[in-house]
Amino acid sequence: MNSTETVGNAAIDAAAPENGRPVPFRGGGFSPKRVRFVAPVVFLSLLVLWELGSRSGFISPLVMPAPSEALGALGDLVRSGLLFKHLSASLWRLVIGFTCGTLLGLTVGTLIGLYSLPRATFAPLVAALFPIPKIALLPLFIIWFGIGEGSKIATILFGSFFPTVIATYGGIDAVDRSLIRMGQSFNLSRAAIIRSIVLPSALPAILSGMRISASISIILLVAAEMIGAEYGIGAYVLLAGNLMATDQLVAGVAILSILGLTVSWLISCAERYFLRWRV
Amino acid sequence: MDLKIRDLTHRYAKLEVLRKINLTVESGKIVCIVGPSGCGKSTLLRLVGGLEQPTEGQVIQMGEPPEGSLNPLTYIFQDFALLPWRTVFGNIALVLEGHGLGKAEITKRIEDVLARTRLSEFANVFPKQLSGGMKQRVAIARALVVNPAVLLMDEPLSALDSQTRELLMDDLVSLWERERFTACYITHNLNEAVRLGHEVVILSRRPGEIRETVSIDIPLGERTAENPELMKTQNLLWNMMREEALTADRQLTET
Repeated sequence: MNSTETVGNAAIDAAAPENGRPVPFRGGGFSPKRVRFVAPVVFLSLLVLWELGSRSGFISPLVMPAPSEALGALGDLVRSGLLFKHLSASLWRLVIGFTCGTLLGLTVGTLIGLYSLPRATFAPLVAALFPIPKIALLPLFIIWFGIGEGSKIATILFGSFFPTVIATYGGIDAVDRSLIRMGQSFNLSRAAIIRSIVLPSALPAILSGMRISASISIILLVAAEMIGAEYGIGAYVLLAGNLMATDQLVAGVAILSILGLTVSWLISCAERYFLRWRV
Repeated sequence: MDLKIRDLTHRYAKLEVLRKINLTVESGKIVCIVGPSGCGKSTLLRLVGGLEQPTEGQVIQMGEPPEGSLNPLTYIFQDFALLPWRTVFGNIALVLEGHGLGKAEITKRIEDVLARTRLSEFANVFPKQLSGGMKQRVAIARALVVNPAVLLMDEPLSALDSQTRELLMDDLVSLWERERFTACYITHNLNEAVRLGHEVVILSRRPGEIRETVSIDIPLGERTAENPELMKTQNLLWNMMREEALTADRQLTET
């Protein structure tokens, strides 16, 4: 008796009996997971394909240099010591411009997020100025801040300023008001509420804004360095382009790409550290 | 310290939510305020603690808060209002910052309150890892750490399931027996009101007016769920409220 019952249940589990059928599964999905090693494999196989294409003559060296040639150009750059000069000049501009732009953006964004008058003043200004390509303003910046470092840093500063402002006040707008009310109910000072409740709540939005502003900064860095810079990755790429030295051009572009990856990785680290409470 | 609410009337634009509320919260007593949904219970509590300004009338503190009270009127919220990025310890530390207490003193006070609420082992846990009941226990610990004179509790158990609510009610009763705190307790749950209230105030539908005040003399510790006396009181309250609740249910929320 017992055994037949078990068999009967097993039959139901395996294939539905008679006029029934199992309910089809329709859930799952919509949750991308972290998969390791895929990204390096994609990068490597693209490089290998490219190299094979160049070696076999399928890709003409006039159209596109082989990766090995670009690597050679990079090697020259390292050996001559110029890489350090270009990179340090670029990084210096990037760090100063991005830091100042972000700090200013955080300040203005917080003011817009918290107070009525600054919101009425700055929010429309930001909306009007953000869409202007900063590259178009570069000649003006050169007149205002000089052909030297000033105009380059100003370009990056403005480029990172606006996305930060928008991300910051958007983040502050989304702060849970019940948490602010809680702060007030415990008599926390206004400064303490901003420091301990408002800014930490807005941090996820600020960090994702930083991702965008960092990329914009790198784009603007190169654009700015293409005018009147002796050293810098942008100047190197521009010179290579003028000489039709495609191997150097690709080497320079690769450096920019690595710079972008590094910045993105740094922000991911910051997110993992500062937003670990979200997990 | 007693709290005296005098002739409190409140309006949002033209909508009158509260009308001529007169009420005293005596030291060492729990006053429960019940009423149909939308009758202005939560508004009343926000007015009492100074989170909102009444249109007319006053809330007066009678006498001095106890010595060392960092925040005489302290809220406990329905949605807990814990900072998700701070641990239990950090959430409690938040309300001690800015009072000029040393680091050692803050740690000592937090450890003390965690021990009193039996939360010591959860000090370094984030709110997300806690159940609703534990989150509210943390919020209660956070409220106690500032030595409040009056606890203002806004439906503190309404976000919890019924089993957890029972457990927390027991916790609150034993806490009251140990500490004799003063509280103004808002709820829509009559069972909570008769279990915890020394006095139950029934508000009418909007605009909220005091319809009735019922004193319950049974000591809190003896108020078990099966106590027939208590059941009777709860039924009495329900009969008083029924009509109000029925009409309130058909009221438009905003005009």
